[in-house]
Amino acid sequence: MLRMASSFPEEVLEHVFSFIYDDKDRNAISMVCKSWYEIERWCRRRIFVGNCYAVSPPMVIRRFPEVRSVELKGKPHFADFNLVPEGWGGYVYPWIAAMATAYPWLEEIRLKRMVVTDEALELIAKSFKNFKVLVLSSCEGFSTDGLAAIAANCRNLKELDLRESEVDDLSGHWLSHFPDSYTSLVSLNISCLGSEVSFSALERLVGRCPNLRTLRLNRAVPLDRLANILCRAPQLVELGTGTYSAELQPDVFSSLAGAFSGCKELRSLSGFWDAVPGYLPAIYPICPSLTSLNLSYATIQSTDLTKLVSQCQSLQRLWVLDYIEDIGLEALAAFCKDLRELRVFPSEPFAQEPNVSLTEQGLVSVSEGCPKLHSVLYFCRQMTNDALATIARNRPNMTRFRLCIIEPRAPDYITLQPLDDGFGAIVEHCKDLQRLSMAGLLTDRVFEHIGNHAKKLEMLSVAFAGDSDLGLHHVLSGCENLRKLEIRDCPFGDKALLVNAAKLETMRSLWMSSCSVSFGACKLLGQKIPRLNVEVMDERGPPGSRPESCPVEKLYIYRTVAGPRFDMPGFVWTMDEDSALRLS
Amino acid sequence: MSIPQEHDYIGLSESSPMERISDKLSSSSSSSSALSTEENSNKNKTSSLNLKETELRLGLPGSQSPERKPLPGVSLFGKDIDTNTNGYSLSPSKNLVSGAKRGFSDAIDASSGKWVFSVNNGSDADLNTGAVLFSPRGDNGNTQKSSVSKKEVVGVITQSSKPVQEKGSQVSGANENNNAPAAKAQVVGWPPIRSFRKNTMASNLTKINEDAEGKSGFGCLYVKVSMDGAPYLRKVDLKTYSNYVELSSALEKMFSCFTIGQCGSHGFPGRDGLSETCLKDLLHGSEYVLTYEDKDGDWMLVGDVPWEMFTDSCRRLRIMKGSEAIGLAPRAMEKCKNRN
Repeated sequence: MLRMASSFPEEVLEHVFSFIYDDKDRNAISMVCKSWYEIERWCRRRIFVGNCYAVSPPMVIRRFPEVRSVELKGKPHFADFNLVPEGWGGYVYPWIAAMATAYPWLEEIRLKRMVVTDEALELIAKSFKNFKVLVLSSCEGFSTDGLAAIAANCRNLKELDLRESEVDDLSGHWLSHFPDSYTSLVSLNISCLGSEVSFSALERLVGRCPNLRTLRLNRAVPLDRLANILCRAPQLVELGTGTYSAELQPDVFSSLAGAFSGCKELRSLSGFWDAVPGYLPAIYPICPSLTSLNLSYATIQSTDLTKLVSQCQSLQRLWVLDYIEDIGLEALAAFCKDLRELRVFPSEPFAQEPNVSLTEQGLVSVSEGCPKLHSVLYFCRQMTNDALATIARNRPNMTRFRLCIIEPRAPDYITLQPLDDGFGAIVEHCKDLQRLSMAGLLTDRVFEHIGNHAKKLEMLSVAFAGDSDLGLHHVLSGCENLRKLEIRDCPFGDKALLVNAAKLETMRSLWMSSCSVSFGACKLLGQKIPRLNVEVMDERGPPGSRPESCPVEKLYIYRTVAGPRFDMPGFVWTMDEDSALRLS
Repeated sequence: MSIPQEHDYIGLSESSPMERISDKLSSSSSSSSALSTEENSNKNKTSSLNLKETELRLGLPGSQSPERKPLPGVSLFGKDIDTNTNGYSLSPSKNLVSGAKRGFSDAIDASSGKWVFSVNNGSDADLNTGAVLFSPRGDNGNTQKSSVSKKEVVGVITQSSKPVQEKGSQVSGANENNNAPAAKAQVVGWPPIRSFRKNTMASNLTKINEDAEGKSGFGCLYVKVSMDGAPYLRKVDLKTYSNYVELSSALEKMFSCFTIGQCGSHGFPGRDGLSETCLKDLLHGSEYVLTYEDKDGDWMLVGDVPWEMFTDSCRRLRIMKGSEAIGLAPRAMEKCKNRN
């Protein structure tokens, strides 16, 4: 057998490997034997680094010399909710600089929650001659000047997607930097930008790019220009409108409706800022073929929303505000039998009183009516154990379940009991649950349920829950596939962490803020487990200036082969052997 | 000692901002960022300018002003913290990675200190969210700002020796989109909603709830504020103010560090360097004008339209040098000249 393997020509193996795309599969291949490791590493074209500090650019480049596509993630997920102070890290520039020399043929860069500067964008623009895809998801640190560099220099650019990034929007002029000879645009998402781009430049760009299939405009594009844009791109598959509001004028309406009707391939709609109900019927003709609808910025009320979704029989994904109310969700359950993903966002999360009639019942209805529903994000103000148990029984195929009850520690509003049993039912019935976000009043019991049943769980988010370290211990000891755990404002301390220290090396990361983990425990973890970076964030000053038993404000632990990082701001300390000595 | 007149670019108030500051200082129970000289620590109760409070100083990492007293009511994240620290400093052995380009916040050399803006709320009257340890670098972006700008503010700023200007970098209280409307104490980062969504919805709701109390909804409307000559921008939540006076005084406090900084050599004054006349000259001579960019992209003078209309249409603010504002604010220019 060995002899056969060694006489198999490399080229053949390489050809076989070229059909394997999935990272996990590739990793498995590389562990078969040394020669397969070697062959595989030379032909791996795509790498994904879930935590940019888990490995260093030189390490990646050394192992994989011929990469064409890179995906990096930076800040912890809770950075989305302002729990990670600015300056924490996640800088992409060192990566770009290293790849500029190592991967001249790099084609794709996808970044999430990273700090990207204009210098980095300019370096990308001039270093990679065949650059095709730039996706900046929830990134920050760059301005429209950097975008201008990309537009001007990347002749083969196919995709520019700025989803939810925070861009220093100096002007809309950057779009005009795409040269007239540039025609390869396939996907453009500028929905996060505030300033106006030149509409004529936009129309010309859209008109000369025959392969354009995704166009997400920003709010500054007025409704009366949308028809023109659509007419130039009838092949569009995904559209994000600009502002969806204008005075009701028959000619504007009819040209808009006509333009929409002309887009026979349109499957996904988003945008709808400031939507006025009067213009909604313009999209009715294409509703039956829509598979994805993002109305989460549309402040339309229940009646209009209900009417709209009732026509979208092919809908697979719906993002909407809680204006839809229970009644709209019932309609959704009745008409959209192919629904797979539902996200309901709060329209007034800081209001004291509910402003809409959206309760647990809406979610129950959808769970009953939509057999393929497997991904849920639901903001509401009340929940019961019964409702959760019903949802669990209805939808054992649930894979992502995120519930947020606006009021922290809210109990079952009927029985006034904790929601332990409800979430227990979720993890018990939904055996393939990968992601769970819990809410409401929760004791250690819910964690016991999770530890016992949530065997496929990969990501867990916990807030204002639990009674003691036992809760954390259940999760760390029971959830075999846990990769990411993020916890805030829970009474978890040292014991569970220290007892389960080895578990931490099997996970991507652990975040704990406003808990009770002491500085001493952090030091111990950092010293004992070499391939973990134990980072303490504390804005009260060096943790060494307080007693060892004093709890740290925030703790971020992640496994790494790159050792401690050195780009931390003043309020972050790495606990390792050296720093423990320094700080004590 | 005479008090400089307010540079009144809005024309709504005659009293001096410095007067207001010192009034508040004397009325506050604990405006006690006591300073290095005895003389100044006795001045808290007087109506004179407590300039030391706002003086720029170079703080070495790990050092704290020994005379700085802890403040009651200072808390982070809603919990009381050890009040002996009113700032944080770098571990001396820390060093930044060299050779990597950064945004502004990281370009500041660690060893020369950094921007720290301590905000001490003296009055607890309607303070339900505690004070803030807040760095303009934004590395405290997640603490509750609790309508900071409305409260008495005593700012002490430790400045890096390298004023940095790096394009494309946003150093404002950026991403501090959680806020605390006076009605309810809010928990940081809760409910878990992304900043982009919060900002978008906030401006939606101003349109819808024209006559609503304004406390419901997203309750925040952050706009960027730039000031000509300042190395970084700031962000303010327009919803925390109810009129132009509040906004203007908040901005003056926020940016006073820059105007004062222009006094003296090397960008920041020595410990005894700041004189009253110097400040007076600045407020007069600078002739800053507050302008805003509206929804149509035009730059307008702040103050002309009713407040609600202004918050509805304001996209960003700019504190412009008077010399640039000619034509935009002829009335304000005249006023300044007359005062001189």
